[in-house]
Amino acid sequence: MDIIEPLVKIVFIFLITLTTVAYLVLVERRVSAFIQNRIGPNRVGPAGLLQPVADIVKLFLKEDIVPKAANKFVHSLAPLISLVVAMTTFAVIPFGNSIHLFGRDIKLMIADVNVGILYILALSSLGVYGITLSGWSSNNKYSLLGGLRSSAQMISYELSMGLSIIGVLMIAGTLRLDKIVESQAQGMWYFWRTPISFITFVIASFAETNRLPFDLPEAEPELVGGYHTEYSGMKFGLFFLAEYANMITASAIIVTLYLGGWQLPFVGHIGLPDLAVSLLQIAAFGVKVGLVLLFFIVIRWTIPRFRYDQLMNIGWKVMLPLALANILITGVALLW
Amino acid sequence: MEQSKVIRKKDLTLLERMYIPEILKGMRITIGQMFKPKFTVQYPEDKFVPSASFRGRPVLVEENGIERCVACGLCSRVCPALAIEVQASETVENKERYPEKFEINMLRCILCGFCEEVCPEEAIIMSNEYELVFENQKDALFAKDKLLVPIEKVQARLDFLRSHR
Ligand code: SF4
Ligand code: SF4
Repeated sequence: MDIIEPLVKIVFIFLITLTTVAYLVLVERRVSAFIQNRIGPNRVGPAGLLQPVADIVKLFLKEDIVPKAANKFVHSLAPLISLVVAMTTFAVIPFGNSIHLFGRDIKLMIADVNVGILYILALSSLGVYGITLSGWSSNNKYSLLGGLRSSAQMISYELSMGLSIIGVLMIAGTLRLDKIVESQAQGMWYFWRTPISFITFVIASFAETNRLPFDLPEAEPELVGGYHTEYSGMKFGLFFLAEYANMITASAIIVTLYLGGWQLPFVGHIGLPDLAVSLLQIAAFGVKVGLVLLFFIVIRWTIPRFRYDQLMNIGWKVMLPLALANILITGVALLW
Repeated sequence: MEQSKVIRKKDLTLLERMYIPEILKGMRITIGQMFKPKFTVQYPEDKFVPSASFRGRPVLVEENGIERCVACGLCSRVCPALAIEVQASETVENKERYPEKFEINMLRCILCGFCEEVCPEEAIIMSNEYELVFENQKDALFAKDKLLVPIEKVQARLDFLRSHR
């Protein structure tokens, strides 16, 4: 089997994701500043575009402090788990139709797994280990509370996340992500067809990525820094990277499942060369992911954090019944 | 005795309890704010010009080429941070006394404005200068050469003090 092709794709996606993460941080800072009638970082490089470089250099140069009573091994392992999990989820996401390059058809996803969605669900539940272990190994009560909250939150929301996907799976009739995207051709996005499932899935993604309004694991006012209270230097940076990489993956999943993936309606009919169509589709995927990311950011600066009991109430008493009802509705609609 | 009444706020309507429409309303506000004019002052290029009510570094008023100060020492006495040192001496002028040495340690000064308040001659007042950065402790000792400021420059503050007496 050809090994070069997957390797090239891996390196390509890895680099793209890392750059996007770096710039996503900048975008988040700029957007939040604009929302608060400020300007935001604009000094490093033209219009502040080199700010991520400065941030990364700063994080690398910071002293790495490990608390005396911490479990050193787990303390260093935890941020790695978070980041690796966040990055590997991207492996099954199709970011374009197959493209014809150098005399061969290249499928634009790293791993063509036939249970793509299950792989994503499995990996994203692994992500909680990073946070919980970091909370436990820091030997700090705030970190521990953050870690515990995160595991409780993940368990509650994973359930409704998995259940809300089922609506899509029932219509598409497959677990392959590329087939799911193909079944959304001609603007028949699942976003229109199963709105309840879309809403519950988006809310659950917010909870899974620990973004506001569900960022209880790191709630600054109550928990200092939550699970990363005792982290500094690049280890903290890894958590930071993981959070934003998670956001990108979550947006990519939302786009793939509900917003038509790389589908761009009508582009197939204008009579462009195949290569141009493929590139346009990749661009469409990028733009969609970007818009969902922007949505994530704006939501963060719009709504306040939920209280812990509210979080659990919404998770178990609202999201779960909604997701179940959605399965029922979809089933009835399919039978018709 | 009148019982305290239970105040019951109106319950949220069903639409409000569904969260999503309210969140969208909130997002409209946040997105609207993104396009409003910004408050940021780009500091080293544009500088903030304080109004007369601003308490910048204390300065000595210079009228007709000499300071108004009569070296009574009240400011030095009232200063909570012990930042002022005054040494009095005699002069041929009408006021008979003048400060031979007047020194404010700007590392100690907390810009409280007490000296300005206590001065009987309106001789020490708070200016509108706020850029106080030093590279060593000696630079932070402001003697008379740095403290004396011609009266025209601080007229706005003097007027402000008069109108708020
Ligand atoms: S500045 Fe005013 S208070 Fe201070 S010594 Fe001079 S006259 Fe007295
Ligand atoms: S402003 Fe306050 S601290 Fe500063 S010199 Fe005057 S009295 Fe002292």
